[in-house]
Amino acid sequence: MNERGTQSQRLTENQSIPPDARPLALQPRWRRDFPIDWEQDEYVSRRELVKFMVLTSAAFAVGQAWLAAKSLLARRAPAPRRLPIATVNELPVGGAKTFFYPEGSTPRLLIRTGESAFVAYDQQCTHLLCPVVPAVEKGCLHCPCHNGWFDLQTGRPVAGPPQRPLPKILLDVERGQVYATGIAEQA
Amino acid sequence: MSQRPRFIRAQRMTIVNAMLALVVLIVILQLWLLTATMNAYLGGDRDVALPSAIASLVCFGLNLGLLRYLFRLD
Repeated sequence: MNERGTQSQRLTENQSIPPDARPLALQPRWRRDFPIDWEQDEYVSRRELVKFMVLTSAAFAVGQAWLAAKSLLARRAPAPRRLPIATVNELPVGGAKTFFYPEGSTPRLLIRTGESAFVAYDQQCTHLLCPVVPAVEKGCLHCPCHNGWFDLQTGRPVAGPPQRPLPKILLDVERGQVYATGIAEQA
Repeated sequence: MSQRPRFIRAQRMTIVNAMLALVVLIVILQLWLLTATMNAYLGGDRDVALPSAIASLVCFGLNLGLLRYLFRLD
């Protein structure tokens, strides 16, 4: 193909046709000065969007990898040691006490539900982290912020916005002393 | 020696639109995967984190392959 034919083909492929389809020489001066190639502009913007979406995809993959690494590390972490948190006589039936387990954790709530029955949960509501308060007479824990309710015996949500159960602290009562021995994962 | 096919602009536009649709679909899938995994993780179910991370990395690999093709297109 000769030089002129090649140039003609390149023009057909790579130049936008002006809206009124007249040749460039007949176009107004502003269009001759700034002959924006709209098709090429669209192509470049789509291509840039694809690149940005791939970057977003990388961010999601990194987030997932971070979660996976965290869950693997949590499995290898040693269990918190046994910690005395209260004496049996310290709390009346229906009474409650906050404690920290392990030390430096978020507040936990110990509740005496019977003569020799105790339960303990994380005090933060699983909805938006407001502190829950015991409503022992109703057999529930209440979050006053958004009227969320949890079952006192299991920690599972029974009403209101919370969807996940409260993390439960495992307890052991021995010689008049209440010990926290671990944290139960509740799915 | 074989040469890479040269596409005219209209064809490249169609290809890039199709690639954009595929990439967006995969990213939406990844977003759903991350949301579901985060929900399960915060609920105490940590077993799903590793398989979903592998799935998300596979999705990212697919997107990288499409991006590589996009660079070859120009």
